[in-house]
Amino acid sequence: MAGEKNKVQFLSGNEACVWAAIHARARFFAGYPISPATEIAEMCAHELPRYGGFYIQMEDEIGSIAAVIGASLGGLRAFTATSGPGLALMQENIGFAAMAEVPCVIINVQRFGPSTGIATKPAQSDVMTTRWGTPGDHSLIVLTPSGGQECYDLTFAAFNLAELFRTPVIVLTDAVIAHLREKVTVKSDEELFLFNEDKQFLRITGLVHDSFGYSSDVPEVAGELIARLAQKIEGYQTLLPGSRFYGPESPEVLIISFGISARAARQAVFLAEQEDLAVSLLELQTLWPFPEEEIRKIGVKAKTVLVAELNRGQVQREVMACGISPEKVRGINKIDTTVITPREILNEILTVIKNN
Amino acid sequence: MVIPDYKKYLAVERLPHIWCAGCGNGVILKALLLVLAELNFRPGEILLATGIGCISRAGDYVSFQRFQGTHGRTLAFVTGLKVARPELKVICLIGDGDCAAIGMGHLIHAARRNLDVAVLVANNLNYGMTGGQFSPLTPNKSLTSTSRAGKNEASLDICRLAEVAGANYVARTSVFYHGELRKYIREAISKTGFSLVEILTSCPTYYGRYNKIGGPGEMLTWFRDKTVPLKKYLQMDKQEQKDFFWRGKLVGRDAPNSYTYGKKNEEPDG
Ligand SMILES: Cc1ncc(C[n+]2csc(CCOP(=O)(O)OP(=O)(O)O)c2C)c(N)n1
Ligand code: SF4
Repeated sequence: MAGEKNKVQFLSGNEACVWAAIHARARFFAGYPISPATEIAEMCAHELPRYGGFYIQMEDEIGSIAAVIGASLGGLRAFTATSGPGLALMQENIGFAAMAEVPCVIINVQRFGPSTGIATKPAQSDVMTTRWGTPGDHSLIVLTPSGGQECYDLTFAAFNLAELFRTPVIVLTDAVIAHLREKVTVKSDEELFLFNEDKQFLRITGLVHDSFGYSSDVPEVAGELIARLAQKIEGYQTLLPGSRFYGPESPEVLIISFGISARAARQAVFLAEQEDLAVSLLELQTLWPFPEEEIRKIGVKAKTVLVAELNRGQVQREVMACGISPEKVRGINKIDTTVITPREILNEILTVIKNN
Repeated sequence: MVIPDYKKYLAVERLPHIWCAGCGNGVILKALLLVLAELNFRPGEILLATGIGCISRAGDYVSFQRFQGTHGRTLAFVTGLKVARPELKVICLIGDGDCAAIGMGHLIHAARRNLDVAVLVANNLNYGMTGGQFSPLTPNKSLTSTSRAGKNEASLDICRLAEVAGANYVARTSVFYHGELRKYIREAISKTGFSLVEILTSCPTYYGRYNKIGGPGEMLTWFRDKTVPLKKYLQMDKQEQKDFFWRGKLVGRDAPNSYTYGKKNEEPDG
């Protein structure tokens, strides 16, 4: 069967996410159909009951994330899946999960937006909305797979991280890798840790609260709580999936990318190598908290940094703020529903090297 | 009558509460705690789920389990919670704005699923927390901070809505009738499936003041005079009905849950 462990499978990104969730012992899914994430809901409806789990189709995405949070508080590993318009509706309760420290996983399959946009076309323009879509100072984790295997590995990691940090974790994929079928090796559950199984005595509120779960408007209580919540993950970057690095340590051109664009960048680096060019790729797997340290370390050694992404420079602006001179950071961007090709990246590399 | 020991459910050390003098919310909380004491629940067996608003602060004053979500979403949160913990007795305590405006969708669908929770709607006929604006349940022509010439929209009967949506138990009373209030809360909590009790309650600070009803005492007698038993209400003509709220038990049935969550399937091999 398709979900069998320790075996090479041929899976779409969406399917890989579901199997990772099931193998990570997620047993609750609440959702609302939306392209290009719908297959995740369909598969959960079919598979979860076979593992003693539950699928519930809520009346909207606000209700979906709320039900996920409720189930998680009740001791089930819980998740949902959506795309831009649905993510927009979930934002208030994502903030609630951050404030009340409820573990949950949200798979956001990016599509072309804003608004309904084009439902079946890819984009990578939810970078900022995943991080700052919910109001207030807070911290959360966003992971970005670049293919089927990464969909599996990072979704699996997402459940562990959600419980380790007691936080919402967003797995940020896109319309292309969601439907791309690739070889995926599924794991055994050795690396799984579970904190959340016990039936806890619940005292939960999204209001500023003291450690007993009673609301408080004392400035010291508010200040301490928000300071802790806003920094609780930032100090532990080493526990999060690290960026992948391909190519020479001191490149002339460093490409930074993630998701589907990183796949094109990998090929571009390969092509550049054939032409004896010193080009490297840093493929981000954790997008938030932003891996500043990793980027700075190798970014300072590069003459030029190119950030390839399907938006107008959302990650590029973060890279420029990492402590490398902003003048040497440039973007390769596309916002016309097509993906960036290896050739386009290579051409950019060649232009840069010619001008350097 | 022996008064059961309800104080063990009260977080006495958290008092005084934030509610205005003469507010009906304390009456509702006390009625609920008395019922919990009568039924002798242990703190781990029950959970009070609230939304956002004056009444929804009640979770701060109980010593047992509490959950306070976001405005209007209480029933969606507990839909997931009840799947994970079907044995937990969940009592939702929410305002009229919370349940009939922003949270209306979730209320209907929770009733449709016949979710096993008791919903107590504290209907103070306006938005208390934000300063007395009209809600969907505010009667037509009422004066509020956003309807200074009288509310020009129709009101809504949330009980009849819960009935057609599939609730197993529906009743309405007011804080004036304390015995009836406790009875309905007890019946709602004891019922399996979705139950809803609408409790007309006083907000002397806003609704009472804007509509010149008077102080806390006058508000209570206003509820006495404005409510008529359901049977009598049904005999009134449409025009006369407009001046009254019915009170009584509207629905009592034992339809099964329309969902099967909580039944665990076997682990497949592999
Ligand atoms: C999403 C959202 N919108 C608006 C508010 C502001 N707000 C807080 S309480 C409230 C109304 C409360 O009225 P009701 O539910 O009737 O409860 P009451 O305060 O009267 O007890 C509103 C609109 C909010 N907290 N969240
Ligand atoms: S504003 Fe109204 S509902 Fe709120 S506490 Fe005061 S009297 Fe009660």
